[in-house]
Amino acid sequence: MANHRSKHLLPGFGLTMGVSLFYITLVILLPIAAMLLKVAGMGWPEFWRIVSSNRALAAYRITFGSAFIATVLNGVIGLLLAWVITRYRFPGRRVLDALVDLPFALPTAVAGLVLVTLFASGGWYGQFLEPAGIKVNYTQLGIVAAMTFTSIPFVVRAVQPVLEDLDEGLESAARTLGASRWQVFTRIVWPTILPAFIGGCVLSFARSLGEFGAVVFIAGNLPGVTEIVSLLIYIRLDEYNYEAAAALAFVLLLVAFLTLVATNALAAWQTRYVERSA
Amino acid sequence: MTDRPARSPAELALIAVAVLVTVLTLVVPLAVIFAFALREGLGVYVANILQPNTLHAIWLTVVTAIVVVPVNILVGAALAWLVTRFRFRGRQLLVSFIELPASVSPIVAGVTYLFLYGGQGLLGPTLQGAGLQIMFTPLAIVLVSLFVTAPYAARELIPLMSQQGTEDEEAALSLGADGWQMFFLVTLPNIRWALIYGAVLTNARVMGEFGSVSVVSGAIRGQTNTLPLQINLLFNDFNITGAFAAASTLTLIAVVTLVIKSILESRQHA
Repeated sequence: MANHRSKHLLPGFGLTMGVSLFYITLVILLPIAAMLLKVAGMGWPEFWRIVSSNRALAAYRITFGSAFIATVLNGVIGLLLAWVITRYRFPGRRVLDALVDLPFALPTAVAGLVLVTLFASGGWYGQFLEPAGIKVNYTQLGIVAAMTFTSIPFVVRAVQPVLEDLDEGLESAARTLGASRWQVFTRIVWPTILPAFIGGCVLSFARSLGEFGAVVFIAGNLPGVTEIVSLLIYIRLDEYNYEAAAALAFVLLLVAFLTLVATNALAAWQTRYVERSA
Repeated sequence: MTDRPARSPAELALIAVAVLVTVLTLVVPLAVIFAFALREGLGVYVANILQPNTLHAIWLTVVTAIVVVPVNILVGAALAWLVTRFRFRGRQLLVSFIELPASVSPIVAGVTYLFLYGGQGLLGPTLQGAGLQIMFTPLAIVLVSLFVTAPYAARELIPLMSQQGTEDEEAALSLGADGWQMFFLVTLPNIRWALIYGAVLTNARVMGEFGSVSVVSGAIRGQTNTLPLQINLLFNDFNITGAFAAASTLTLIAVVTLVIKSILESRQHA
């Protein structure tokens, strides 16, 4: 029988609320607050000087630029893989499906180690690429490679469920009415998967912006050339320059927060879209 | 869902490209790890793994996982129960908070903990006064790992529990079960696959965590080096074979993670 004293039908409100609030405050909010306090105590001129310094600007350019390229690549690869896995049956499909999650499961340090070894001059890939003039290690290409690898699953896993739920009846109807395959894709399939696709791209972009482990092995970390923002923060910590580290970390935190807002907005768009077409 | 054998050349071409891309970007990296780890033979491989510093790194990584995974599972379950069974203001905010660590760069995560528990951090003077040190110890590694893996269990449980609804539990209550009986005998069995999956994901992330642990651990060999940090150290020492040997242990865990995930998913669809 429900507890008459509580206004909730099910038990456990107090307990779970207490545990959740305590944990979130202690583990998530308190550290972030500590960092915000550090930044707040810095004063605006100093903060601005750090986040707009030449080295920082170069780091933003390298990080955002590489992440953008990696996200475009992942968009294409992700769409292709999601399509092939959901639409066709072929030997090895389930293995392919499972492999897509490898970058999630594999430690970033291992990914970095593998990539730098693959693209070294004598490496399995490097031995073909370097004579052709394509140097990957210690260049921005390396950063893009690392970011692409670690974010492969995002677009695939975002688009897959939507593709699976797609009503084949709609597509068949369109075909019988004379639509070409391309028209079916652009008019029916693409608009339906667009929110999920963008959501996956946003996640991929956000992850690439913050990626450290995989990039740090392959990038060589030359300021102005391959120094990403998270590495610059790490170097500042090493130099005991905590203020600079805090300021730059704040910039990344802000971007993380914006990503969260964007993802929530996209999820809401997706839900409205689904409800409209239902 | 139509999955039919492909017929047209265009479809076959798409599959071929997809398979090629997968081999180049996913299969080859896997192969490289084991090829290079075993490059100098099985004997050297085993010797590399049994190196004292590597063994310690393995131990530290495993212990961290043993602490972090159950804690985040429990908290994830508590939070999932809270937001799926009750309506209250700030519900969405709470979910956003637990999701926050997933969007944050690992380095930033480490920095926030440094500024909380480090010498010049918020609690620094207090801890020093009490003679306690948290930063640059295994405890810091555990704490920051709790932060970065907080979302994973909750992410799996919340959609499932909100989809499942409350009928089973209400039925149990009306039949006279108390709260804990209801939870253990009704709720838990319903969510067990999501729980296991969340545990597997959390575990994979904890064992592989690099950026945040780099910042807070001090990377002291034989003391606060986790396996990913050890890999980095060996690599910087130009001990490639050793680095790959250490990497192979984590990779085996990653592959097991993928296999378990596959099995769980086919069970869910069954």
